[in-house]
Amino acid sequence: MTATIRLQREPFDAATEVAAMTRGRTDIGAVVTFTGICRADENGAPIAALYLEHYPEMAEAEIARHVDAARARWPLLSVTVVHRYGRIKPGEDIVMVVTASSHREAAFAAAEFLMDYLKTCAPFWKQVERIGGKTGDKTDDKFWVEAKAADHSATERWSAS
Amino acid sequence: MKVRYFAWVRERVGKAEEEIDPPSGVATVGELITWLARRGEGYAYAFENPKVIRSAIDKKHVNSDARIERATEIAFFPPMTGG
Repeated sequence: MTATIRLQREPFDAATEVAAMTRGRTDIGAVVTFTGICRADENGAPIAALYLEHYPEMAEAEIARHVDAARARWPLLSVTVVHRYGRIKPGEDIVMVVTASSHREAAFAAAEFLMDYLKTCAPFWKQVERIGGKTGDKTDDKFWVEAKAADHSATERWSAS
Repeated sequence: MKVRYFAWVRERVGKAEEEIDPPSGVATVGELITWLARRGEGYAYAFENPKVIRSAIDKKHVNSDARIERATEIAFFPPMTGG
């Protein structure tokens, strides 16, 4: 099983990551790709950008622990996780998980498992930059995204089963 | 030991990291939060609701009852919102 984990400021290309994973291999029968993209709104209000803060050393270690957990649970042949940090504009990719296995079930399940854990356990925090506030009040131009209970429940279900 | 703060905890405390030397009676992460909260206005604001604060010792998530005596780096931050 091969694993690639990268935290980077720069954009990534999903097709390139998948091609790099499968190049020269004939054991992989299924690849599942999830890409998380920055929307142009947060809670119904338009946004200028997201700013992702992270705890670099822990993020890498935490993602690696969950990749190991996924590998212990499903017969995976390869996993790639790329997570961006810094300023990300609407329409740009934020995160990507690619899982490969001989058959689709493991690849689908592991991709979902990894994304659920990334959202609630990987030390990243999103801050929203609003589009020019009417008041021009600078302190009102940015706010931290609040963690969602639904994300927490999504993660919980993996320990219940 | 080194303490690191992230996201709004960092903003409220007013710094990203610092070296601290808590008294020996401060044995757990929860006790450290209580001790930090008394260090000033920013700290009090950052740690006003200890239940929402997440903690890590040496880059691993821990609960508030985790012991800190062997910690090199302790981090405090809000619930994560990555992905």
